[in-house]
Amino acid sequence: MTQTPNFTRTDSAVRIVSLYPDLLGTYGDGGNALVLSRRLEWRGIAVEHITVDAGAPIPDSADLYLVGGGEDGPQVQATRELDRSQGLHRAVDKGAVVLAICAGMQILGHRFPDATGATRDGLGLLDCETVRVDRPRAVGELLTTDAKLTTRHGLVELGPLTGFENHAGRTVPGPTSLSLASVEVGEGNGDGSEGVITGTVVGTYLHGPALARNPRLADALLEWIVGPNAMTPLNDTDVNELRSERIHAARDHELAPRRSWRDVLKRS
Amino acid sequence: MTAAPASTPASGQAKRLRPRARLAVLAGRTVAWASRVVHFGTGSVIGGRVSLLIDRNLLAELTVSREVAIVSATNGKTTTTKLLSTALGSQEPIVSNWLGANMTPGIVAALAATNSTDTAVLEVDERWVDSVLRATNANTVLLLNLSRDQLDRTQEVRKLAEQWRKALAATPPRTVIANADDPLVTWAALAAPRVTWIATGQEWTADAAGCPACSGRIDFVGTQWACTSCDLKRPSVDVIVDDNDISIAGRSFRSPLALPGRVNRVNAAFALAASTAMGADLDAAFDALDDVTEVAGRYRVADLNGTKIRLLLAKNPAGWHEALELLEGPSTPLIIAINARIADGHDPSWLWDVAYERVGDRFVIAIGERRHDLAVRFRYGNISHVVADSIEEAIEFVRQSPDFDTNVPVDVASNYTAFQDHLEKVGGVL
Ligand SMILES: [Zn+2]
Repeated sequence: MTQTPNFTRTDSAVRIVSLYPDLLGTYGDGGNALVLSRRLEWRGIAVEHITVDAGAPIPDSADLYLVGGGEDGPQVQATRELDRSQGLHRAVDKGAVVLAICAGMQILGHRFPDATGATRDGLGLLDCETVRVDRPRAVGELLTTDAKLTTRHGLVELGPLTGFENHAGRTVPGPTSLSLASVEVGEGNGDGSEGVITGTVVGTYLHGPALARNPRLADALLEWIVGPNAMTPLNDTDVNELRSERIHAARDHELAPRRSWRDVLKRS
Repeated sequence: MTAAPASTPASGQAKRLRPRARLAVLAGRTVAWASRVVHFGTGSVIGGRVSLLIDRNLLAELTVSREVAIVSATNGKTTTTKLLSTALGSQEPIVSNWLGANMTPGIVAALAATNSTDTAVLEVDERWVDSVLRATNANTVLLLNLSRDQLDRTQEVRKLAEQWRKALAATPPRTVIANADDPLVTWAALAAPRVTWIATGQEWTADAAGCPACSGRIDFVGTQWACTSCDLKRPSVDVIVDDNDISIAGRSFRSPLALPGRVNRVNAAFALAASTAMGADLDAAFDALDDVTEVAGRYRVADLNGTKIRLLLAKNPAGWHEALELLEGPSTPLIIAINARIADGHDPSWLWDVAYERVGDRFVIAIGERRHDLAVRFRYGNISHVVADSIEEAIEFVRQSPDFDTNVPVDVASNYTAFQDHLEKVGGVL
């Protein structure tokens, strides 16, 4: 049975909703909720996280919504359900922060292509449009220049963003949106920029557990909700080591095809 | 280890092949030999490819007078192929590719070296089930599970289920043995005329929330599951795997296995059901299984620099779910290794789909080329861990741990290429 998800606590806990992990969540997207929750818990801030499956009512009282990546078919179904529910729209009107990953970013824009290449209406929560291009799918490490995000508390410097991208469409940011950063390695939006920000809604092509490698982005989203004074420093030794390793790998084009004939034969 | 009876490169069978097929087999062997001489692996795949270039119908020709069983799955196909080969091998000559490659070239290479009437037990890559079934007309098909694997390069699992379904309808086997607790497998197998359903108690359902038949939602309630929008539901089962036993053909067998865990009881149940369907004696098949202590290095207990280790392989979230269930001791330190080479998939985002929290209080050492990805996953899982640069260094950390017990093997759980590296270190496949 589809449960009606809702928050159980009435105190000042930060409320996080993962939307439709059954449709949008093919790439380890659940990691983002875990990263956000832990970074709050480690700072002594209460957090309540719920997941809402497709078809269930979406509470509009949360502080932060996560929309994950997905395949073509589920992407269209998720759009239909989100449009019907209007819960996410109401939440954004109330000032909720949204992080939309990959396909999630595409469906939150004005238009996006479906599996057949036909143009579908998106949810219009991000001022951008995704188009199909006659270029190979973008798969590999994605690295940006220093990213920036302006929250209601001011400008937050995010440093370089690092992650993996895996998408076919390219996204054109509209006049009322900003991008997160410029691309150093990889495709991103396809025009040299990466990510789209419209108001409190943030989209990115860093797919799956994007926040695992980008704690400053995670903290910027949280700061939006709890304010900068609550953001005490955390021990990020592990993640800093991962970041420097992946930034090097991206610059060395580690994932460019490098199959030697010996490699091929060795698999025989 | 009881392998299939050693097969001699029978000159007798070559006479039965058409001249073109004979040439194809010979050319393949020559290339495989040349490849081995210059130390490129076993050469079986490249040899098979050359054979198929000369005669693309070679697989059909090589199986025309054999009984054939096909084993496919995302996880467990090598082990189940080995178990079925062993169960049948106690009663008749068997040829199998369980140690080799599981697409048509590797299968051709394995078959070319044997007597043309030996029963073939073939491990088949999920994407090759259709073409191998069409070529071999296999009488018995074992379908264990379908889940996501290497997400940056494999097709959606749903499409695989659809391919399986079409393949079974186009070339109906006499018997399909299928997992009744995997909705994707169930939907595919329902296209076959006769199915032996196995209650596997599979816990991993994350990849089957959407109904493959109608895109509705699958509800899992207790041991049952059903689509909320169409007729697809768990079929009534013929074989049941529970905490200790395998119930089959009205009888209950206490798990005979040296191999650990529920996952291997399931693999054994498939092997027993298939060997019964193929006319083998159930008791003899059952007795043969306890000889299997490892499968291509999986579950091997070995000594590395004076420390006893046990090798576990897990390649994807469903595989990790099973592997974490098999771990030694409640607090024994553990080594986990992750690479992200071509054979592993370049994108380890799936680490966040694995409930590594299930290691509990165990101290974990992260190694492999993507050890820092693991460390970050462990950090957010509140799992106590360190990063080491090699398995040797990891073992030093283990030995310094207060929870280290020299009598308990240290589990080294790895994904594919990391596993191969470790297996090579302890002597390779026996
Ligand atoms: Zn259905």
